[in-house]
Amino acid sequence: MALDSYQKRTFKQVGTRPNRPDGVDKVTGRAMYGADATAPGMLHAKVLRSPHAHARIVSIDTAAAEALPGVKAVVTAADFGVPEDAFLRDVQDHCMAREKALYDGHAVAAVAATTLAAAKAALKLIKVQYEVLPHVTDADEAMKPGAPVVQAGRAYENVPAGMSENVTHHCEFGHGDLDAGFAKADHIIERHFKTAATHQGYIEPNACLASVTSDGKAELWVCTQGQFFYRTLCAAILGMEASQLRVTASEIGGGFGGKTMVYMEPVALALSRKAGRPVKLVLTRDEVFRATGPTVSSSMDVKIGMTKDGRITAGQAVLRYSGGAFPNTTVDMGAQAAFAAYDLDAVRTFGWNVMTNRPKESAYRAPGAPLSIYGVESVVDELCQHFGLDPLKVRLLNAATEGTKSSYGPTFPAIGLKATLEAALAHPHYSAPLGTNQGRGVSCGFWFNFGGNTCVSLSVNTDGTVGVTEGNPDIGGSRASISLMAAEELGIPYEKIRTIVADTSSLGYNDVTDGSRVTFAVGLATIKAARDAIRKMCSRAAKIWGIDEEAVEWVDGAAVPAGPNAGKFPPMTLAEIAAVSAETGGPISGHYEVNADGAGVSFGVHLCDIEVDPETGASKVLRYTVFQDAGKAVHPSYVEGQMQGGAVQGIGWALNEEYIYGADGKLQNPGFLDYRIPVSSDLPMIDTVILEIPNPGHPYGVRGVGETGIVPPLAATANAVSRAVGVRMTELPMSPPKLLKALEAKG
Amino acid sequence: MVKVLLWGTLRSAADGQAEVEVAARTFKELLDELVARYPGLEPQIRRGVSLALDGKIYREAWFTEIGPDSEVVLMPYMTGG
Amino acid sequence: MKTIHVSTTINGDPAEFICTPDETLLDVLRNRLGLTGAKEGCGTGDCGACSVTVNGRLVCSCLVLGAEAQDAEISTIEGMADADTLHPLQRAFIEHAALQCGICTPGILVAAKALLEKNPDPSDEELRYWLAGNLCRCTGYDKIIRAVQAAAAEMRGA
Repeated sequence: MALDSYQKRTFKQVGTRPNRPDGVDKVTGRAMYGADATAPGMLHAKVLRSPHAHARIVSIDTAAAEALPGVKAVVTAADFGVPEDAFLRDVQDHCMAREKALYDGHAVAAVAATTLAAAKAALKLIKVQYEVLPHVTDADEAMKPGAPVVQAGRAYENVPAGMSENVTHHCEFGHGDLDAGFAKADHIIERHFKTAATHQGYIEPNACLASVTSDGKAELWVCTQGQFFYRTLCAAILGMEASQLRVTASEIGGGFGGKTMVYMEPVALALSRKAGRPVKLVLTRDEVFRATGPTVSSSMDVKIGMTKDGRITAGQAVLRYSGGAFPNTTVDMGAQAAFAAYDLDAVRTFGWNVMTNRPKESAYRAPGAPLSIYGVESVVDELCQHFGLDPLKVRLLNAATEGTKSSYGPTFPAIGLKATLEAALAHPHYSAPLGTNQGRGVSCGFWFNFGGNTCVSLSVNTDGTVGVTEGNPDIGGSRASISLMAAEELGIPYEKIRTIVADTSSLGYNDVTDGSRVTFAVGLATIKAARDAIRKMCSRAAKIWGIDEEAVEWVDGAAVPAGPNAGKFPPMTLAEIAAVSAETGGPISGHYEVNADGAGVSFGVHLCDIEVDPETGASKVLRYTVFQDAGKAVHPSYVEGQMQGGAVQGIGWALNEEYIYGADGKLQNPGFLDYRIPVSSDLPMIDTVILEIPNPGHPYGVRGVGETGIVPPLAATANAVSRAVGVRMTELPMSPPKLLKALEAKG
Repeated sequence: MVKVLLWGTLRSAADGQAEVEVAARTFKELLDELVARYPGLEPQIRRGVSLALDGKIYREAWFTEIGPDSEVVLMPYMTGG
Repeated sequence: MKTIHVSTTINGDPAEFICTPDETLLDVLRNRLGLTGAKEGCGTGDCGACSVTVNGRLVCSCLVLGAEAQDAEISTIEGMADADTLHPLQRAFIEHAALQCGICTPGILVAAKALLEKNPDPSDEELRYWLAGNLCRCTGYDKIIRAVQAAAAEMRGA
């Protein structure tokens, strides 16, 4: 269908920057987040967490806690079943330890009481007998034969025999003859890299309010990126029917992938069911760090060969990712993405996942890709230095383009990488002068993007306004962009539209707000739902005029007779049609349901200037510019916002953020003082250059922008620092102590 | 017949071949045929796969039609943040 | 624990509450007075999401005891707008897209207002150091700095 795919058009509203519909609520403190709701008779819950990195739970005695005045329910793993499905079992075990505590901070019991003070006091009365087991928190250590086994028997069929039982997954991608490729190189560099696990660092701790009634009906208010997925998981874990559990997404105080997974919501529901009262459960920041979110940590070996004129002849990467105490396949994404920016004859990536006694990994913007691309882009940079070549021109020389066989298999359709690189090359940032102790870093980035399950319902109100009901929590202004697309398609002002995020009982299933999918997929469904409503409005106008439906078309927000033979009638506006909808057949709504594909892959290029203080090892970002293809920027301010936010998260990952584990296996820095995310005084303005190369898979050409922005900054920052100090930095974060050590070693 | 490119770790389940040929007109037929011919692929296909058809990546979409000359690449199921 | 009776002024209006001796001002505002605009991001004074002013001084309300509010003048985000007229900072944040998720926004607005009352014409660097105690994870701060400067310019012109 012609209308499904991109058609060049002149936009009237898409591309403008109107005020977001939730703006006033958010600047006046009225917006309701996860922890802001209350319910009659509400109890407060607290979770008891393992102080050990790895321990068998011999027994849990909750009698004294239950006897404490004010305590209304205590739950442990014994209050849950054991799901047959391995994925679901892992999700549940992560929420509440069964048999073994697998990491420092792993939940072992939870209490609901009339006051928070009583709940806290009750935790101290729960007697857990642990048999402490040897632990391992480092990926390389965990791969060694004889390492403490985190969970036995969890390896997938693709893991060769004879490896540590902690190795659960293996993958290999690529094509061509590596030996022949490396033989053609004038120089080969092979480096070992290590990156620390980081946290998404959303400022709003995970919070929910659960209410289960004695007839089995339940409500869950929660800050989540996906109320429908949370419903699926909670209903399965609690043994409830999906229809009986209504999940409402609160306003969400940041997610970045970290709120795509339940952590304590099933526990709150179990407590509410047991106590027969609503239960509010809000995590502390310490709990957020210890038991939610983090990314994988990595250990990687990257080897690349290049000719003296800058052509890459072969590339190989071995990636060892650890996503904590449960199997995962994030390394698949890293391995596929590692060399995606390059047109290579010979490329191979090998990935391993290894379990460690750390919390279960969650997604964080482009999960897996920032690490492998950091390794690859660092080696490419070092090869450019070796040959004295311009790092952007070398990337342009090797850049993947339409027709390139990608490093992960498929042949690329039209992609925007070369245009992005050319924009960076031409930008004044790239020729700005640098002083002493300053360096400039360049990196490409890549992410897949996807579409996914999406429903939109659009209602035409009798006063000529329009309501859009969609199912994806708004993390960064998506209600504004969705309203803009509805306004564009309907031909009515943006202000006449109100977009809301529905609960799970008000709309069909919507995938999580992830994969950079919302503006692409919800936008697509909104446009199609608007077209559905337009067809109905044209039909009403046709009836009023007494002509064929086919003889009516929609122009600038009004039905008009199509062509000279349709008859002469003045345009009938949306408001005019809506006003008589009761008389012409009833309410007018548009709907669209789809599992969208065709999101189109995304590339970005970042430039980073850094000054390193040789006395302290502190790095200061001086200049930063993001170049990224947005397909079509629907609300450019929020597109810029995604790029700026992703870049700064990546800068934090590169310079300071890390999970630090002691020899005792405990997380040493579970707070914002010691886990240091970038603050305003660390940063310059983050400049953005939005390229608009239309995505053929979207009616307006939209391409997701949410994730790619976090991919390049790790290498862009590391390359800048390495050039500033004259030492190749191969470990993240490049925190001041590590940088000082590198400077001292250099002498 | 449709040629399907497999990623490296799947090849041991397909007699070491990087590319296999199966009779299929849609993704659903293709996945069913792969499992029937190469049972070793089943665990990964059950965990989840994406399929790239002429460079466009699909995550589900059973009924997507595949032409005889289409480039078909099996990929792990894509996830995001 | 015996509760304490506290008389105070919040956003210009008299207010009374009881609290336990160990209860923070943030908990009092949120749980006893229904003023949930101040957010708890950390509870340790590291994130600034709970920023309010006490007698004109910018504080993290998670580090102040409720009992300390006795006879004090407290200002929170709920009191920043004049009825339905937004403060120039609030308007600038919306117009400059200086918020994405919005969880840090109340604290940043309170902190920025406190700065502009002392220094109506801060440099970007002064502003960045003043706001260094208010974490934002979404925006990279770029649009926040621009929004505060735009509001400051408007307020100077007014």
